[in-house]
Amino acid sequence: MENWKQNKTVFWVTALPGIVWLLLFFLIPLALIWGMSFGEKTSIIDIEITGTLDNYIRSFEAVYVKIIWKSIWISVISTAVCLAIAYPVAFGICFSPARWRPLLLLLVILPFWINLLIRTYALIAVFRTRGTLNFTLEWFWNLAFLDKLIGPFQPLELLYNNGAVIVGMVYVFMPFMVLPLYATIERLDRSYLEASLDLGASQWRTFFSVTVPLTLPGIVSGIILVFIPMLGMFLVPDLLGGTNAIMIGNVITDQFKAANDWPFGAALSFLLMYVTFAALALRAFIGARMKAGVGI
Amino acid sequence: MARRKSTRGPLDYGKSPWLILFGMVTFVLLYAPIAQLIAFSFNDSKRNIVWRGFTTKYYAKAWNDASLVEAFVNSMTIAVMCTVIATIIGTATALWLWRFRFPAKSAVEGVMVLPIVIPEICMGVAVLVLYSRVGNWMRGFETGPIHWWNELFSVWPLNLGAITAAHIAFSFPFVAVVVRSRLAGFNREFEEASKDLGASEWQTFWNVVLPFMMPGVIAGALLSFTLSLDDFVITFFTAGPETNTFPVKVYSLVRRGVSPDINAASTVLIVITLVATIIAMRMQAPSKIEG
Amino acid sequence: MTSPIISIKNVTKKYPGVVAVDDVSFDIMPNEFFALLGPSGCGKTTLLRMIAGLETSGTGDIIVDGQNMEGVPANQRPVNMVFQSYAVFPHMSVRNNVAYGLKVTGIAPAEIKPRVEEALEMVQMGAMADRKPDQLSGGQRQRVALARALVKRPKVLLLDEPLSALDAKLREHMQLELARLQQVIGITFIIVTHDQDEALSMADRIAVMERGGVRQIAGPEELYEKPHSRFVADFIGKINLIDATVSGTSNAGVTCLAKGLGRVVVPHDGTASGSVSLAVRPEKLTLSDKAPSSASDISAKGVIRDVAYYGDVSNVFVTCADGLELAVNVQNDRAAAGLLENGREVYASWHPSDTLILEE
Repeated sequence: MENWKQNKTVFWVTALPGIVWLLLFFLIPLALIWGMSFGEKTSIIDIEITGTLDNYIRSFEAVYVKIIWKSIWISVISTAVCLAIAYPVAFGICFSPARWRPLLLLLVILPFWINLLIRTYALIAVFRTRGTLNFTLEWFWNLAFLDKLIGPFQPLELLYNNGAVIVGMVYVFMPFMVLPLYATIERLDRSYLEASLDLGASQWRTFFSVTVPLTLPGIVSGIILVFIPMLGMFLVPDLLGGTNAIMIGNVITDQFKAANDWPFGAALSFLLMYVTFAALALRAFIGARMKAGVGI
Repeated sequence: MARRKSTRGPLDYGKSPWLILFGMVTFVLLYAPIAQLIAFSFNDSKRNIVWRGFTTKYYAKAWNDASLVEAFVNSMTIAVMCTVIATIIGTATALWLWRFRFPAKSAVEGVMVLPIVIPEICMGVAVLVLYSRVGNWMRGFETGPIHWWNELFSVWPLNLGAITAAHIAFSFPFVAVVVRSRLAGFNREFEEASKDLGASEWQTFWNVVLPFMMPGVIAGALLSFTLSLDDFVITFFTAGPETNTFPVKVYSLVRRGVSPDINAASTVLIVITLVATIIAMRMQAPSKIEG
Repeated sequence: MTSPIISIKNVTKKYPGVVAVDDVSFDIMPNEFFALLGPSGCGKTTLLRMIAGLETSGTGDIIVDGQNMEGVPANQRPVNMVFQSYAVFPHMSVRNNVAYGLKVTGIAPAEIKPRVEEALEMVQMGAMADRKPDQLSGGQRQRVALARALVKRPKVLLLDEPLSALDAKLREHMQLELARLQQVIGITFIIVTHDQDEALSMADRIAVMERGGVRQIAGPEELYEKPHSRFVADFIGKINLIDATVSGTSNAGVTCLAKGLGRVVVPHDGTASGSVSLAVRPEKLTLSDKAPSSASDISAKGVIRDVAYYGDVSNVFVTCADGLELAVNVQNDRAAAGLLENGREVYASWHPSDTLILEE
């Protein structure tokens, strides 16, 4: 790597496009809503930045605390389920024959590239009252003559509740969790696992004492990668949760669309940003500790 | 001790029947809803639950829906414009971060990945606020000397410029990441050898560096194409009545319920993104081996 | 008679397309320092890992201390291994690394502590007990790996290329150290190595492997002086191999017609026939500018083609009649001065009893 002073022309030619674009269409907009989060509405369209903290204080009113809390626990549960599914999947891919690995990895992450909206929509078709799942259940019900014994099959209300939102979140984000896990498990030196077995540890003991601690950076990355977008998710609760499962993303959208209270919406979005920064700082901290070999 | 011939070594987890079963169930659950969506786009039934025979009439129906087609064309146009510009900016950024050492570099790197990590909705509302501010400001020029500016940006495809600019902002960091990881596998001695043999800075870049990073550039380009095509949230906040995109249009249809023409339209989008993604993956795969 | 600590019986291990270990059988005695020596890909590591239980079992039996290891998982075998990369857990301190194998097998904490201390003292790492592996040098990490395996009091210690990652000076030191440890502890060591010097200097017995099979098992001296095959002769040290055809056998030895040498008589214990190789170590040859006085010596007249100077010795390459090339090790003493010049005509000669006849 060369010092930037050695070739200033090339330095600025390569640096400026990214810097300028990021500034204009990312950093300035962020600064604008950050400023707005300290502002007040003075009329239907006018907003004055007065430095008030009212918008943040309002976020801690009971009704919003409830929504924020719900957003957090739905995201926590969904992240945990994602991890529980993605870890074995990533692990299995890493230990599959080398020539299969790229294909399996492609198969896991391919759905991630399909439009989020379309994937959520596909779930509606599965879970709605007249959807595939209820239809299949009814078929089994009738097959077991339960319709003669108990009565006709009552379709389950699978959509428009918290459970549906969690299932949707897991479905949508699980592939994303696999990537960082795969990357760290792949790099894991197999001889650590062999040494553990050789020293008399059982397979499970090896997994929890050696594999998990040594792949912790991947686990942390995966959790952050999945948890942050879940927390701010708008589409999945909107389409699968109905009115029963509003999350913070829906409230923000409301402030900017229907309710037209931009300063409050801005404050809520920046609460999300603060959480994001905290998570990134945590990851950097854990990464540094792992590198320093202090261990967790 | 039972004397059984085991064919599995202690680390042959890939042969564990439980792990294989778990993986297969996961794959099935991951693909079943999408497979169903695609299958029912060809189903000759409005109820969309029992197979009533093969038809392509919903594709024809979607094709004849002028607003859907317009939204689709808009989406494709935005994606193409976004790809071209994001690839150029992203590649330049990758070269910049790869080549130079400069003060506060790690801070710059941190800011560069922000568009990748922050919740989409934050970026969506931020861009919405930006454009409303710029819009208010522009309205002041409606009769002034640069009113042509406003007229110019109401002409297709420049009216899509606002959405495209936002798409570029979140996709060029992805391009930069992909290209830079490709460049990480580049042996700087090639570059030094080229200069040692008398090539200029530009000749070295053109003949040595660029061919090496090309697979990364193409992968990055296809990535930004799919990212732009997939984006719903940011477009949802920035799209005006004149500038509907495909995902936003589908969203308004989905809110009204499940229907086979949405399936048909979705299938078309799935096919386009999957083709682009698979090509991108192919491009990227060898870099891992060479690198 | 003592019974072997390890018996390998007809062990074969096939991978798709390759036979990694090909019908190998041998015994290892208690307290032996045993080396598996061979070029890379000869199956020595696979065999070691099969003993450890880290490789899927092939066919045949591996018996450790009278117990057949078939179906016994790696974590229940009475052997422990020092890995090539040491595999010292990076997230645990030195002390926890050494304690790990005791903890996971349910040894009482009160017993673990003194045993860990003792093991660390044995490898002189007591002062570093609270360090993390990345604060240790390669040599220190290896000592931790040794202590970690030895603290388990295995019946056999397996070492997979333990010295390959160390620099030359440290390697020599660790060779002595390993030999000392083995004598102090008095358990069997099996070491896998591709370095013949390492094997010759440390091991009581060496199994030379090639393409999955064991070519010869012998002590270091016998292996060097009396190799059974061209492969072993060539792999252990340097040797001149001269094509020859046997023309008769008498009390004096085997009479051969050798390339560049003509008719020579070589003492030989057994019989030999057909095409053979005459093998003679370079240090057994002497160079002189006069024909040898002793008529019984085998000698060849030739021209010095190249001299490689090594300080104490020089490797001299002599081209003789019939295209025969001989390598000669010459001590750089006063006699050699002035003789070792390219293009000079010399006589290379050696005693017939230093010649081996190799049929394989």
